[in-house]
Amino acid sequence: MSASTTSAAVHGRVGASAARPDGVAKVTGSFEFSSDLHAESMLWAHVLRSPHASARIVSIDFSPAWKIAGVQSIVTQDDVPGAKVYGLEHPDQPVFAHDVVRFYGEPIAAIAADHPETARRAAAAIIVNYDVLEPLIDAEQAITAAPIHPDGNIFRHLVIRHGDQSVTGEVVVEGNYEVGMQDQAFLGPESGLAIPEDGGGGVDLHVSTQWLHSDLWQLAPCLGLPEDKVRVHLAGVGGAFGAREDVSMHVHLCLLALKTGRPVKIVYSRLESFLGHVHRHPARMWYRHHATRDGILQRVECRLVFDGGAYMSSSRAVIANAACFATGPYRVPSATVDGWAVRTNNPTCGAMRGFGAVQTCYAHESQMDRLADACGLDAVEIRRRNLIRTGDTCITGQILDGTAPTDQLLAWLDAYPMPADTRGTDEMMARPGGAGRTADAHHVKRGVGVAIGWKNIAFSEGFDDFSTASCTIGGGRVSIKSACAEVGQGFVTIALQIARTVLGVDDIVLEPADTFIGSAGSTSASRQTWMSGGAVMTACEAVRAQIIALASERWTVAQAAIELRDGRVSTLNGDHDEPVITFVGNDVVHQVVEYRHRPTCALDENGQGDAHVSWAFAAHRAVVDVDCDLGLVRVVEMATTQDTGTILNPQHVIGQIEGGTAQGVGLAVMEEIVLDHGRVRNPSFTDYLIPTALDMPHVRIAGLYDQPEAGAPFGAKGVGEPPTISSTPAVAAAIRAATGLALPRVPVRPQDIALP
Amino acid sequence: MDTTSLPDELVTYTLIVNGTTHTVDAGWQGESLLYVLRERLGQPAAKNACEQGECGSCSVLLDERLVCACLVMAASAEGQRVTTVEGLAPTDSGLSDVQAAFVQAGAVQCGFCTPGLVMAVHDLLDHTPSPTDLEMREAISGNLCRCTGYGRIFEAIKNAAAARMNG
Repeated sequence: MSASTTSAAVHGRVGASAARPDGVAKVTGSFEFSSDLHAESMLWAHVLRSPHASARIVSIDFSPAWKIAGVQSIVTQDDVPGAKVYGLEHPDQPVFAHDVVRFYGEPIAAIAADHPETARRAAAAIIVNYDVLEPLIDAEQAITAAPIHPDGNIFRHLVIRHGDQSVTGEVVVEGNYEVGMQDQAFLGPESGLAIPEDGGGGVDLHVSTQWLHSDLWQLAPCLGLPEDKVRVHLAGVGGAFGAREDVSMHVHLCLLALKTGRPVKIVYSRLESFLGHVHRHPARMWYRHHATRDGILQRVECRLVFDGGAYMSSSRAVIANAACFATGPYRVPSATVDGWAVRTNNPTCGAMRGFGAVQTCYAHESQMDRLADACGLDAVEIRRRNLIRTGDTCITGQILDGTAPTDQLLAWLDAYPMPADTRGTDEMMARPGGAGRTADAHHVKRGVGVAIGWKNIAFSEGFDDFSTASCTIGGGRVSIKSACAEVGQGFVTIALQIARTVLGVDDIVLEPADTFIGSAGSTSASRQTWMSGGAVMTACEAVRAQIIALASERWTVAQAAIELRDGRVSTLNGDHDEPVITFVGNDVVHQVVEYRHRPTCALDENGQGDAHVSWAFAAHRAVVDVDCDLGLVRVVEMATTQDTGTILNPQHVIGQIEGGTAQGVGLAVMEEIVLDHGRVRNPSFTDYLIPTALDMPHVRIAGLYDQPEAGAPFGAKGVGEPPTISSTPAVAAAIRAATGLALPRVPVRPQDIALP
Repeated sequence: MDTTSLPDELVTYTLIVNGTTHTVDAGWQGESLLYVLRERLGQPAAKNACEQGECGSCSVLLDERLVCACLVMAASAEGQRVTTVEGLAPTDSGLSDVQAAFVQAGAVQCGFCTPGLVMAVHDLLDHTPSPTDLEMREAISGNLCRCTGYGRIFEAIKNAAAARMNG
């Protein structure tokens, strides 16, 4: 199945399906998630949130809350000693809404009490008098509407102009597309525990997050404390998918801890979780593709309007990704992309797996299918004729110089056998609607759809993207440390595999992640295997070199005659041979490194520049059965291929592909945060549906392209995001094939099929 | 209704958790079994992802019945045997066969859904030793997992079932 074979791997080293080091703790229930934390005499916090998307706060009466026995502290914006605003890329979000409220669920106050129910009741007892305003809920209108924030409504307007702008095609297809607001819907709710220093001069925050240092850099200024007095520790993270990249309760919790002098814990309910983190940007996209009669792309024009909600979060980077990858993994000699990310009174949007490329992939792949129809070609052939390959130029003017096995990915998919047609069987559960027993077999239509997508790995546009790691041998142990947030993706496994491989030592300790070491950057952008993996590799290489230099000096032999293997340092001729821990003895060999990927550039005024480090690709083929009368869809099978680079842990890669595909399937057929005048109408797992074991089909891996990527540690590309990108348009295309409907919007809802 | 003025009845009762009897002293009557397990008895293995019976993260056995601990009033469980993932009978490896299968198959990523899933799979295999694909899917369809797409979880269930049949 692979394009190359991985060299025989020792169990637990690079290339092996090493088991997670936290696996046993997670199956026995002893793994400590952030919501499991406990401290003696701790208080419980709860946040009072706005019931309006846009309002002026006229007055607040806290006295009813103070009458409730057990309430210990209430904090508002007046209690913030330092910076009043924070933000992931730009500080524009107040710690608490003060004079105005800009989104439904915006925090207004936080309460600490001796029981979580007491805190909830106290929040409910606070009387807030609002002057309710008409919310700005339309992203298109936001471009020209009166500003709803001192920083204005436009987060970013990014234009890409590439090639001859006057080109037209013999065949022109045009379409408008829309993507709904998706939620990351991780299982482990936002939670944390803040423990104040005696005397209130500092605080330790244990929290589930994706980027400890970004939290620290936003938190310390708000608390008015120097960074070394605020220590952020990674608590067990129950999934992330982008939703934990931003600060949520961090400042609230620390303020309450510092004010009460007691540990304070918070655990969001699922409702609060839906209101308390950023979501995937809803998008409206207009596209016009120009091609020859043979289907060769000549020019693509598009206009992308992404609704960023109330605060900036990562909107600027999201729209950059959407724009840079807007035309898909194809050779496009002429392009005009007009990308907007704007502020509205809808919930704030930011990072979610796929980060801008998800929305545009749905649109460009829908367009490619339209073009195929217009040119009389099938879905694979139209793509094959236009695929971008290594050495081609992207619409940003950058030469794609990494692996780009686009032909291979489609060829594997095309050759993969189709699943059996089960529509005629008596098995009701195999029909759309399942246990509902609603579908008549004669009315069920089958459809097949194909899509391919791409995305950048790591941070782009000249960002100083680095990760720090250390490696230490001393005190009878070998250890590595990184602030990389393990959110479930398996960095803890990969880091140990890398360290074992470089050091030739099997027994290695991975230290806890916290801010006592430098930043590892965010667990996002499919970057940690490359970046923090690279940092661990480099730190271990430095320790290895130091050990060899010491041995060379101690034994008076050439460095080339010394090796580290099986936990021992020895000379090749066998004259010297001892365990590396004994060799180091009472000394300590310690190296800290910062690892950087190759530098990137900003985009110029025409959106041109070498902005990206590396590209990763995935393709999907979806097979669906559709009950056209009732609008019910059963996704029968997802087949997929992916450009992974060298595979460091096959089992982990499959896990990422299956899980990422599931999130794309969810966006295609069921997942959407429903808004009504900015209010979230479905903030629960009863009303916001994610795929269950009955919804999720088998994911068939039709091929993994595992050729090493130049410049990447061990040649490995990140694998987390690509599966989420092409899965959605493949399912949408399959439903179109089954129904003949245009379906210009995802998720595809029953009414879109049954009542078009 | 103004809930802030409602009197809160405090109750004292006993719970049998994993074979050990615990006294809950002056707990609020409205507290769920999930809350009491996690916050009063210091046994946080059952997880709190939705607290409305949708996600299955808090699945435990009440006597021999699989329930969502978030939907059970703790005080009403007096006299019944509560089994959490912490109380599963281990094999020589220190893990139950299902737990070991989850680790080996890569069925664990973030792990938040895992304790509930392990309980659901034990319940399945104890009643249906050789489940079909559909029976597997139905048995865990009340347990949401956001990381895995369920593929490795099915693998773990198949492996555990096969091991029991052969063992």
